[in-house]
Amino acid sequence: MTKEWTHLRELESESIYIFRETVAQFRNPVLLYSIGKDSSVLVHLARKAFYPGPLPFPLLHVDTGYKFPEMIKFRDEFTKSIGARLIVHRNEDAIAAGAHPLKLGVARCCGQLKTAALLHALDKHQFDAAIGGARREEERSRAKERVFSLRDAFGQWDPRRQRPELWSLYSGAITEGETMRVFPLSNWTEGDIWQYILQEQIPVVPLYFAKERLVVRRNGTLIPADEAKHLKEGEQPELLSVRFRTLVCVPCTGAVGSCATTLEGIVAEAGAAKISERSTRIIDHGSNTMEDKKREGYF
Amino acid sequence: MSINVLRFTTAGNVDDGKSTLIGRLLVETQGAFEDQIEGARRENERRGGHGIDFSLLTDGLRAEREQGITIDVAYRYFATPKRKFIIADAPGHEQYTRNLVTSASTSDLAVILVDARNGMMTQSRRHAFIAHLLGIRHFVVAINKMDLVDYRKDAYEKIRKDFVDFMNRLGGAETYCVPISALEGDLVTEPSARMPWYTGPKLLELLESIEIDDPAHKQAFRFAVQLVSRPPASAEFPDFRGYMGRVASGSVRAGDRVVVLPSGARTTVTRIVTQDGPLEEAFARQSVTLTLADDLDISRGDLIAGEAQPPQARTEFRATLCWMNERRLHLNHRYVLRHTTRSVRAIVNEIDYRLDVNTLEREFPVSELQTNDIGQVRIKTLQPIVCDPYNVNRQTGGFIILDETNDTVAAGMIQG
Repeated sequence: MTKEWTHLRELESESIYIFRETVAQFRNPVLLYSIGKDSSVLVHLARKAFYPGPLPFPLLHVDTGYKFPEMIKFRDEFTKSIGARLIVHRNEDAIAAGAHPLKLGVARCCGQLKTAALLHALDKHQFDAAIGGARREEERSRAKERVFSLRDAFGQWDPRRQRPELWSLYSGAITEGETMRVFPLSNWTEGDIWQYILQEQIPVVPLYFAKERLVVRRNGTLIPADEAKHLKEGEQPELLSVRFRTLVCVPCTGAVGSCATTLEGIVAEAGAAKISERSTRIIDHGSNTMEDKKREGYF
Repeated sequence: MSINVLRFTTAGNVDDGKSTLIGRLLVETQGAFEDQIEGARRENERRGGHGIDFSLLTDGLRAEREQGITIDVAYRYFATPKRKFIIADAPGHEQYTRNLVTSASTSDLAVILVDARNGMMTQSRRHAFIAHLLGIRHFVVAINKMDLVDYRKDAYEKIRKDFVDFMNRLGGAETYCVPISALEGDLVTEPSARMPWYTGPKLLELLESIEIDDPAHKQAFRFAVQLVSRPPASAEFPDFRGYMGRVASGSVRAGDRVVVLPSGARTTVTRIVTQDGPLEEAFARQSVTLTLADDLDISRGDLIAGEAQPPQARTEFRATLCWMNERRLHLNHRYVLRHTTRSVRAIVNEIDYRLDVNTLEREFPVSELQTNDIGQVRIKTLQPIVCDPYNVNRQTGGFIILDETNDTVAAGMIQG
């Protein structure tokens, strides 16, 4: 055998198979590109799946207007370098109305800037399958998620309507108005993602690497202090060596103390992590759980 | 070639402590994080319990947390330095045969939980039988709640003997037994001072060390075409035509003679293309793109196979069917059958018998199959499918049936 059949090769091969099934079974698929590490892996796998051809679908970024400037810069450079077609969609009405988590609460802010924007974009472009980087390991309500996850005409997820998935037979059969969410990274863990990024030398946003950054302590989380205007009373920015394990919006992304400035360092940290990466996402803390958000159409 | 990702299913009855066992495995292998463990502890205290209820780590959806039961197959992940593990966790209620069938279809090993106080019950036999039916040949019987039988050797030995006898009747399976207490932590990942009479491996050691040769490697070459690749002309690929797919079984080398089915056309593999460079040989489970020497009319749903042992193109066959939907099976009703990457119209025109999964007796005559029924049927398809018997090849022997609402209503296994 030319290469050892490692667990990463097994995961890679399975994901490529899922990508090809998606393109074979749907008329107009799209890849939901969030700029994060999972999206980087997702795009890398998609390119492998269709080599030597080009990516047979566009990338869709739902921009809340609160993304880190480093993320937007990375997005534009990266998608250009691989010749991908990028669609950026924003809920301009909500952004103009000043939607912010401190004003609306996290649940409503996410509902407007992410869920509503995503559903609108899918509808506007008539996408029938949306490929996302969600992993079953991330959160307990995701543990039962199918690889091909059915959504009704309102983009909503009903756990009782999901179909059994046997062997490697993924059924993309849908009726008018329904859409599918497809998760090629279902069986990957955070550790797998970082090991694969290291193995394949996949480019990721520099925010994942440790650096001295200004942060404030809010509800036990380190929040970037870039947004000085939104600081609460008594919050004092501190300069700490931190990195981000997961990237959401600036006001809702918590940093972790870290000295990992290389991929090797991150892999070592991911292997020894005691806290789940989702704990640094403020959006998962509210009373509105992941299960609720998925039912409403959240990715 | 031995596997380094072990996919296993877990089956047990409602109170056999399966969630507790999985929760403990996750916690003790760092497959669960402190904030998740803390969440489970807080939730338990809110309900008046104390300490960690490991089962709260794994019950995913609110409905089942509230009802205290698990409703669907859940996938869990953990890793040790030796292997990565994917658990397909199936709930154990009578009405959820379909969940066990689903979880077993992707698994190479089954962990069957038995309550040491109750011994081997009808349900335990049913779990083992269904996992075996789906092609699982490696079983770990975790005889749980040893703490409630005072860690007695005779209690364990009785169940072990019953199970081994039953598995011998099913045939061809390798069975390991281990006495544990998932609640107290005996012999899961830690040793037990309370069972000095047991000198075998702990449960986790078994999962790490059981040798599983992927049967797909020993079988004949099978490759279902997913897509045809016709990229725009480039300097490197001026006129590229390739066939994308994942090797279902066996292996293929550039230069091998192959047959394309159902047409029967013969040709030679010229290249095995991947973005990481061309391969000399591709093995089972690898996703690749093949180019062929001749320009043939090949599309999605065709199967490329080795010339030596080609599969059969069939329009009539017998199959074991597990019915999964509330809408029952209608004889001679038009369904869609999905097999490998092929989709064909099909009818079920006869039910030979229904299996009573508790007694394993065949019931006939029967005129219908309902949710969670397993039976042997005869199927006719409008177009041929290219298949092997399921007991020879899981990938080319398994299929699903869709009805007009697009629901997956049944899973089937082709018989020889």
